[in-house]
Parts: sequence; structure tokens; C-alpha cells
Amino acid sequence: MVFTHRKDLLGLADLSRDDIDTILDTAVPMKDVLTRDIKKVPTLRGKVICTVFYENSTRTRTSFELAGKYLSADTVNLAVSTSSVQKGESLKDTIKTIEAMGTDVMIIRHSMSGTPHYVARNTHMRVINAGDGAHEHPTQALLDMYSIREKKGSLEGLKVAIVGDIEHSRVARSNIIGLSKYGCEIRVVGPATLLPAEIEALGVKKYYDVEEALDGVDVVNVLRLQLERQKKGLFPSISEYSQRFCITHKRLSVAKKDVLVLHPGPMNRGVEIDSRVAESAISVVNEQVTNGVAVRMALLYLMMGGAA
Amino acid sequence: MRSTLFLHGVDLSYCKGVLRVGLIEKKKIMDETAMRRAITRIAHEVIERNKGVKDLVVVGIRRRGGPLAERLAAKIGEIEGVVIPVGLLDITLYRDDLTALGPQPLVHRTEVGFDINGKKVVLVDDVLYTGRTVRAAMDALTDLGRPRSIQLAVLVDRGHRELPIKADFVGKNVPTSSRETVSVRVQEIDGIDEVVIEEKT
Repeated sequence: MVFTHRKDLLGLADLSRDDIDTILDTAVPMKDVLTRDIKKVPTLRGKVICTVFYENSTRTRTSFELAGKYLSADTVNLAVSTSSVQKGESLKDTIKTIEAMGTDVMIIRHSMSGTPHYVARNTHMRVINAGDGAHEHPTQALLDMYSIREKKGSLEGLKVAIVGDIEHSRVARSNIIGLSKYGCEIRVVGPATLLPAEIEALGVKKYYDVEEALDGVDVVNVLRLQLERQKKGLFPSISEYSQRFCITHKRLSVAKKDVLVLHPGPMNRGVEIDSRVAESAISVVNEQVTNGVAVRMALLYLMMGGAA
Repeated sequence: MRSTLFLHGVDLSYCKGVLRVGLIEKKKIMDETAMRRAITRIAHEVIERNKGVKDLVVVGIRRRGGPLAERLAAKIGEIEGVVIPVGLLDITLYRDDLTALGPQPLVHRTEVGFDINGKKVVLVDDVLYTGRTVRAAMDALTDLGRPRSIQLAVLVDRGHRELPIKADFVGKNVPTSSRETVSVRVQEIDGIDEVVIEEKT
């Protein structure tokens, strides 16, 4: 199984297509558990999960915590902003402290790419990457892939456009890596300053014009404009960005009739996505959140349920 | 002249062959007819015990309890002239032996498309052995609602209980040793209806 000979989930680059299929297949019955009156199964009784987020998060952290709780694991969150990290405790000492308390899985988000890999090398705990810098965000890509597969039936050979700030986006990278394993045609589009120069090395097509990029696509994954990372004047203004790249119904008219719109959240409504699109039937923004819990339950089960 | 072949003291001369690594088929204890008759008898017993089929539902435990539940429900429905709701339970998330199992089992969907509150649930499985699967199934079931009662129907009871669990309806009681394995095969999954005893080599 996925985690029989693998301790951690650090990125989709490490997983095979079979591994991803197993995770997505396992998430299906997990989603059923979520929709019941009694949203709890006893599977991970006695297991301990710790979330350690050096960057802000609403959905990823809550989603991991609830996923653990629905499976009867004990979950704790290390609130970095009120922890000994503020007294200057090093990352390595923080890891050892969490490990010494009996934690089985540590879920980490950090602004530096590669931090989860460093953590994984320095602990016996299993480690899940919940986002590292502009590198990977594997569980977001898995939930995106789950959402697409659920609506389209299969991921095989779909045309997917990823729109926005590709440069700073770990969501984009993990999606590209994951979807490539299913032979998808992946297009990236955004302002030239936000498209990495060598992105085509990942096997994607680069577009500067959003209408061209959306032509005939099955799926549009709209990225959040990461306003907190835009300090270098990479585009003239938010309103100009919006004029050229905001996903509206009009722009989507060139896509396939049954186009699906995803957004990892939180949304800047009216900036990268029009509110009317976000609220429409073609958007799965809210279902992505539900699917995120299901996918994370699947991962936790595969990591800790029995002799994984 | 009957040829004899011994492996670890087991006479293989009447075996059909080695089915799986480490398991040798010893004896066929039920064929298609015997299985059909057992299910027909259980169907009558269920109706008699429950004085009819009011509020009766049938739930099979994955995997082979599934097809058996379908057959039992169809038979009960045929006798009483009604349609009996059938559900399917996956108990993987409720097992107490997950760490003891070799490879990690895949989780499948539980498909109980009706409300079980106040219902008389007939739980169906292929083989009753330690009772741990049934314990897990009862937990899984009560997380879906509060049935009025849960009854247990099994095709084979092979003994060796580790929990205080007893079947209400049994197709065939088969005394076995713990070295043996009872394999129920069903048309829908295995392409044949039969019950065989196998022995670990």
C-alpha cells in the first residue's frame, strides 16, 4: 500500500499513479462517513496527530484536525504564534518536543520550501507536507483531483487550465505533478511576471492570454492572487489583473459546455474569480472543502490504520 | 489403483489442487444446491421468527455476505410477495484487528440506502468464526441508526468463538480445526457456488 514502505507524504512527485488512485478510492467511503449523522469511526483510536503551521490557514489545518477526529485520533495544534518558537526555540528542538509527547503524525506548513523534508529526516514521526513555500501542497492537489474525478468520472486526458499566480503557487506545482500522471493536457496562464520561466519543463503549455488558455478546457483551477507575497510590483495593479485574468462567465464561454471551476480558497472575489462564477453550479469551491476532509481522512487511514 | 500423495501428513490424493500458496483444498462441504437449500430454509426461519416481514431489512457484510444477503432478501421477498430492502456494510474502519492483519485492507463503501431506525436488521455473513467481524458490523450498524433488533444469519458456523456472539440462523454447522480455513465461494465474485475446507500447509 501507499505507506507500507514510505514514512511520509512530502509531495506528489514521490507518488505513483497507483498510489494516487488508492488514496482517491479510499476517500470515497471516507466522504460517506462525513455525510452521516454520526460522523465518527473508531479506526485511529489512540493515535495522535499534531498540526504545526508556521503560516496562516483556515481550511487545511481545520480539515486535518477534523479528519483526525472523525477517525477517532487525538489531534492537537501547535499555535506557532504563541509557542516557544517565539522564544527562539529551533525547528529541530520543536520537532523533538512534539515527538517526545507521543505524536504519531506531524503535519507541517512552512514558508520555506523543503522544511517538511528536513523535519521528516529528523524524526520517527510520519510527516505530511501541508504546504512548503512555493514547492508543493500535495493534499490540496489530491482534493482537487478527487473533486475533478468525482464530477468527470475520470482524470484521464482532461484539459486543465491553471490560472493566476503560478510563480508563487505550490498548489499549481502539485496539481501539475499530479495531473501529469493521468495524461492531462495542462495549461498555465497569468501575467508574464507570474509565470516561472522554466515552467514548461514540467510538461505544461504556457499562455499569456486567458481566452486562448480556456479554449476547450474541461477544468479551470483558479489560483488565489497571493496578495501577501506581491511586494515586488510584479503586476501594475489589482484592478488591471482583474481586467485581464478574472474568471467570468463570459471568459468561460470558450471552454467546454460542462466546464468545472475550482478554487483552493480563500477567494479574492472580483479579483481572480467573479462572484457569480464562484456561486454558480459549475463551481465546486465548497465541495472542495468537504472533499479535502475526505482525502485527508484517507491519507491518515493509509498511514496509520493497521499495519500500513 | 488409487495413488496417494502426502504433504505434511495430509493426504492430497482427493484434492483438486493447490488453490493458494499455503492452502490446500481438503473437502467440499456445500455445493450450489446445498447453498440454495440452506438460504431457502433460512428465509423461512427468518419469516417465522419475525412473524412476517414487517420492518424487516437485510444487510450483508462485505464481501461475500453481500451476494448472500441479496439472495436471502430475494428469497424472503419471493415467499412473502414483497420487496425486502438490502444494504451492504463495509466494516474495515471498525475492525479491532487492523494491526494484526498482514496487508492493510482497502476501505470500501457502506451502501445502506434506507433508514435503519426501528428496523429489524438481519445481518448476513458467509462464515461465523471468532465473532470479531460481527462485533465490528454491529458497531458499524449502530453508527447508522438505532435498529429495533439485529439478528445474525450465516451460511457456515465453524466454531472457535472469541466473543460472546451466536448466530440466529445457520446454513451449516461445520466443526473445524484452527489450522483449517473455510472458503465460501459465490457466483457473483468467484464464478462458482461452493463451500470448501482448506488446510494450511
